[in-house]
Amino acid sequence: MDLELLILGDKGWGDEMLRATMVTLMVSLTAMSIGLFISIFGTLSKLSNKLYLRLFGDVYTTIVRGIPELLVIYLLFFGGSNAVMSIAKLFGYNGYIELNAFVIGSIAVGAISGAYSTEVIRGAFLAIPRGQIDAAKSVGMNKFIIFIRILIPQILRYALPGLGNVWQLTLKDTALIMVTGLVEIMRQSHIASGSTYSPFTFYVTAALLYLTLTTVSNTIFNRAENWANKGVRRV
Amino acid sequence: MNFGLMIETFPKLLSGLNLTIQLVTISLFLGFCLAIGMALLRLSNNTFLSFFAKTYVFYIRGTPLLVQIFLIYYGIAQFEIIRESFVWSFFKEAYWCGILALTLNTCAYSSEIIRGGIQSVPFGQIESAKSVGMSRFLLYRRIILPIAFRQALPAYGNEMILMVKATSLVSTITLMEVTGIARLIIAKTFSPVEIFIVAGLIYLTINFIVTRLVNYCEIKLTPYLRQAH
Amino acid sequence: MIKKSFLTLITFLLMTISTSYAGDWSKIKIGTEGAYPPWNGTNAAGELEGAEIDLALDLCKRMKAECELVAQDWDGIIPALQNGKYDAIIAGMSITAERMEVINFSQGYANEPASFSVLKSSKLAALKAGGKVNMDTLNSASTALLESLKSTLKGSVVGVQGSTTHENFVKQVLGDSVTMKSYDTQENLELDLSVGRIDAALSDQGSMEKFMESDKGKNIAFIGPGLGGGSFGGGVGVGLRKADTDLLKMFNKAIDEARADGSLAKHFSKWFGKDISM
Repeated sequence: MDLELLILGDKGWGDEMLRATMVTLMVSLTAMSIGLFISIFGTLSKLSNKLYLRLFGDVYTTIVRGIPELLVIYLLFFGGSNAVMSIAKLFGYNGYIELNAFVIGSIAVGAISGAYSTEVIRGAFLAIPRGQIDAAKSVGMNKFIIFIRILIPQILRYALPGLGNVWQLTLKDTALIMVTGLVEIMRQSHIASGSTYSPFTFYVTAALLYLTLTTVSNTIFNRAENWANKGVRRV
Repeated sequence: MNFGLMIETFPKLLSGLNLTIQLVTISLFLGFCLAIGMALLRLSNNTFLSFFAKTYVFYIRGTPLLVQIFLIYYGIAQFEIIRESFVWSFFKEAYWCGILALTLNTCAYSSEIIRGGIQSVPFGQIESAKSVGMSRFLLYRRIILPIAFRQALPAYGNEMILMVKATSLVSTITLMEVTGIARLIIAKTFSPVEIFIVAGLIYLTINFIVTRLVNYCEIKLTPYLRQAH
Repeated sequence: MIKKSFLTLITFLLMTISTSYAGDWSKIKIGTEGAYPPWNGTNAAGELEGAEIDLALDLCKRMKAECELVAQDWDGIIPALQNGKYDAIIAGMSITAERMEVINFSQGYANEPASFSVLKSSKLAALKAGGKVNMDTLNSASTALLESLKSTLKGSVVGVQGSTTHENFVKQVLGDSVTMKSYDTQENLELDLSVGRIDAALSDQGSMEKFMESDKGKNIAFIGPGLGGGSFGGGVGVGLRKADTDLLKMFNKAIDEARADGSLAKHFSKWFGKDISM
């Protein structure tokens, strides 16, 4: 393993790898947020009374969780621009629209992350005893207060372990956005290993960078779980 | 949307199904066998053995499968020692490298699932088994493992689906399974969206079948958990 | 609440969109691979460099346009052009009839024969390198060279980069007599050749020569004749969308100018050590 290749600065790839790590982190955070945003709608759809909403939610989670992530990313990357352009044509705009790689990558991973988050949050919601909501209604709390005072704290508590898993998944799925040209860890190591013909050096470095990200995330999530479970007796 | 192309492509993609299914079944089978061992190592009282298992799972779960595949295929081939030894006939083939990467990956995740299953066995059962004088081996074979497998079945079903999807990543190391063939066809027809949709439908079908099979096993093995209608 | 959040999402998306108008070509985005030295590669500072990078910057100066170079994986390079990710492809892309069905090409600016390469220690190395075969104009001499090439390679594992003219050649001309392996980049193909996973690789001579200069590639040698014509197409050109006929004219004019004052030849001799411009 040739450590000389990893020098920071212009002679080595070290700084490019660190910059790529930042990009990976940024994409993961954006994708996770998009996923959580989607999962709110997903959960509401799946738990709704209306059949078409339930169907829509089911179709979304089944398809996104049933197709390889690589295909989802390819489809959104190649099909996304086409779709946006067709919508724009409806408004009379005939030029080329390019969504930049960061946005497309985040949306793609976010869509995948959202499907898993939906399942986690739905499970967390269903774990809250019905009786609590009945009791809240009987003292006259309106829907909004029930949401803030009863649902959110408990959903957070039940969902945190699952969301921790989804975060790890999201972090690792960002490696697949290399096909869109966004320079995150995987793409950078691919470029560097090709240019220097040293795959072992760079893929080991990539592995170590991912391990660092996941370890730090683990610690943060463990702290968050402890905070959310304050005062609750656990096994 | 070029439907004619999609219909044409469907049989061509199916030819990759053989390889996909081979990769999934072999790596799931080998991975499962190794995972039982890994779970037992993790639960062992010996600090070295459990440390080894913990680190192994930590490494595999903390890095993307794509990195693991590239490391095994391109990374290991860089070393002269490997190239000149007898293991080279193994690492030389992309097929074996792919199976190795998938097996190591599923072993780590499955071992955690099995461990969860083993740890969920009610302690009372273990106590009573010990009280009638069952040996450790008999305890595992008769009591712990059967209960653990039943508990772990839903989670393992999930893992099987993840493995089916993971096979699409070995297309990056020249293996021509469904995704690999899809990329080859796209190179000639320049219509990525249509072809990836067909490929996606094939994977969805496989996953649907797997889900149904797992559901059937769940119903057969745990009839006492079935809800009354 | 749902309507409002939907609107904010759309606004957010619109802010990230960059649009290009055809007609006013003061800014041109050029797509390249960045993994195909010395045509286009990436150096340790993370920058794109190579003969085509220099050529692209030169052509843009002549077209009085501001250029931005964008890297893209090879197998998505044409769909990304059609999606508008960039406006032109300058990435060692050969002009072939197949590709011309979906995109336009400028005139060719470089041409290089393709050759098979093997490890010096391999038994295939017995076939000496030499001669030229043009698949469009086969005569008795070149047919003989082609036949000896085919019989030497029979039963071996041949590697190519995916989605290339080389892949097409192996499939069409060698067909089932060899096992073909397709790689995502030229660099990975070269790596696997150097470790002996494949018996032979087909690629253009320039990029393999670059590899042979490096440490890992010193045990590699060419065999057989240089190949061109037929499925290899008619030279390397700039890929453009069918609709952008004005940009096509601009590129052709700039290439003519670059050829006339010798800078075209200069760009290629600098990186290839020989003049492969056309």
